[in-house]
Amino acid sequence: MKDLGQICREIRELTLGSIYSIGKGHVGGCMSIVEVLATLYFDEMNIDPTEPRKAGRDRLIVSKGHAGPAVYATLAARGYFPREELQTLNKVGTNLPSHCDMNKTTGIDMTTGSLGQGFSCAVGVAIGSKLAGDGAVIYTIIGDGESQEGQIWEAAMYAAHRKLDNLIAFTDCNRMQIDGMVDEVCSLGDLDAKWSAFGWHVQRIDGHDCAAIHEAIEKAKAEKGRPSMILLDTVKGKGVSFAIEAGVGCHSMNVSREQYESAMDELAR
Amino acid sequence: MEMRKAFCNYMLSAMAEDERLCVLDADLGNADGTLPLRKVFPERAFDVGIAEQNMASIAAGLSSYGFIPFITSFACFASRRICDQVAISCAYARQNVKIVGTDPGITAELNGGTHMAVEDLGVLRSIPGMVLFEPSDETELIKAMPQIIERPGPVYIRLHRKEVKDLHGDDYAFELGRADVLRPGNDVSIFATGSVMVNNALSAAAALEQQGVSAEVINIHTVKPIDSAAVAASLAKTGAGVTCENHNVIGGLHSAVCEAAAAGCPAPLKAIGFQDVCGQVGSAKELAAVFGMTTEDIVGAALRAISRKGR
Repeated sequence: MKDLGQICREIRELTLGSIYSIGKGHVGGCMSIVEVLATLYFDEMNIDPTEPRKAGRDRLIVSKGHAGPAVYATLAARGYFPREELQTLNKVGTNLPSHCDMNKTTGIDMTTGSLGQGFSCAVGVAIGSKLAGDGAVIYTIIGDGESQEGQIWEAAMYAAHRKLDNLIAFTDCNRMQIDGMVDEVCSLGDLDAKWSAFGWHVQRIDGHDCAAIHEAIEKAKAEKGRPSMILLDTVKGKGVSFAIEAGVGCHSMNVSREQYESAMDELAR
Repeated sequence: MEMRKAFCNYMLSAMAEDERLCVLDADLGNADGTLPLRKVFPERAFDVGIAEQNMASIAAGLSSYGFIPFITSFACFASRRICDQVAISCAYARQNVKIVGTDPGITAELNGGTHMAVEDLGVLRSIPGMVLFEPSDETELIKAMPQIIERPGPVYIRLHRKEVKDLHGDDYAFELGRADVLRPGNDVSIFATGSVMVNNALSAAAALEQQGVSAEVINIHTVKPIDSAAVAASLAKTGAGVTCENHNVIGGLHSAVCEAAAAGCPAPLKAIGFQDVCGQVGSAKELAAVFGMTTEDIVGAALRAISRKGR
């Protein structure tokens, strides 16, 4: 198990730097998934940045596509493209749009952004891998707010029906959505019980503990005959005080020079 | 042969040769005639249950893995129900997903208004990059299939699943996107799509001939991208036209022909189809009368179009 702390710090710095370069962006939901991205790309996934479309590679579908900037920062840190490219985020003609786009960004495995769809796509990818018999592991990240979409549960039902044990999903449970706290807007109820009832192997862990994420993935890989859901307890805006202080406002927010500089100081500590 | 059977037979042989091909159903495998595929190709032909949105996005995921999935449902569910999944998972993501929508318009018959797609072409035509194809007969469907499979990106096949009259011979040189002139004429252009309307258009042309009117019948099997050059060339010759579609006259063939005419050769155009109204139960024959889609309706529209020439 690698020490991923420094990598997480760099991903946060790069993410915030790219968002600051355009002045605003989805700070909160990017910061809440940094540890899972670092663990996947730097520890778990069978990938090769020099051959981003290699057949049989493990894949990640980030269904909460608005976390694109965090994924791009991770890909840059992992060597898929130069870190300088992150400064083009959301500028006209960029290869790095707000939401993940497989046709634009090297290393992105699926175009996402309309919530719920990426998760179904991941089920299709997992079926594709089974048909190809290549032994790939298909990872996907959804949001807790995103779990209000009906399509999530259509896909959940079918993935279990197909016994897709090559599919490992994460829910970023940061408990916030644009209009407020998830529990106040439309409560998800007992999410653990819901996924269990849908026939999934379920774990709940600290989403900011890379060792715990690593351990949960290993358990999920060992699980045969059903897909796995790893519920990540996270903090929206994790590591960036001005975002956390903004509360639900950190979903998409402006980033001033003062905020950016103080956050970079905070991350360097 | 029933069109659904022709589709299934084609896929039976194509899937045996091409391991990229998959067929997904959403609990309408029986209605759409795809069940035999599951017996022969149980891994690549499967049912996702009553979850059309999930089906469309699963297909996109399969496409990202190099497969060419066909998804099937009734036309209403294969368009308006999954509009966002087609727009984003399939079209925006440039996935190679083929969509088969059956029972369009009045052919939904006793399933009635809820199942009567009058807006599928309109919904899908406005999605960037979509190709819309409606065969007039079995020969056209079978000749189109390899071109649809090899053309990258999403294609919508609007399929009348029952048996229809064959209009083309084996020597038919079909090309996706190129209009098919079924009958040349000089006085009025009748543009039609789909088996119901192409047959009625041909009957109307024969009736018009009895009145001394020479009607050109053009089968617009590919509603998008429409063969704009063929539309303009015909109107330049005849000076007036009628569009015939088993669909709302807004958003589908009429709109596409008007766009092509406006750019290439403006002319008076009359519209046969649902006049911006919803469907209802009835036999296809009864409903053609109710919604003004009969041979007689087309004859009347053609004469009215001709009377407006030069005004």
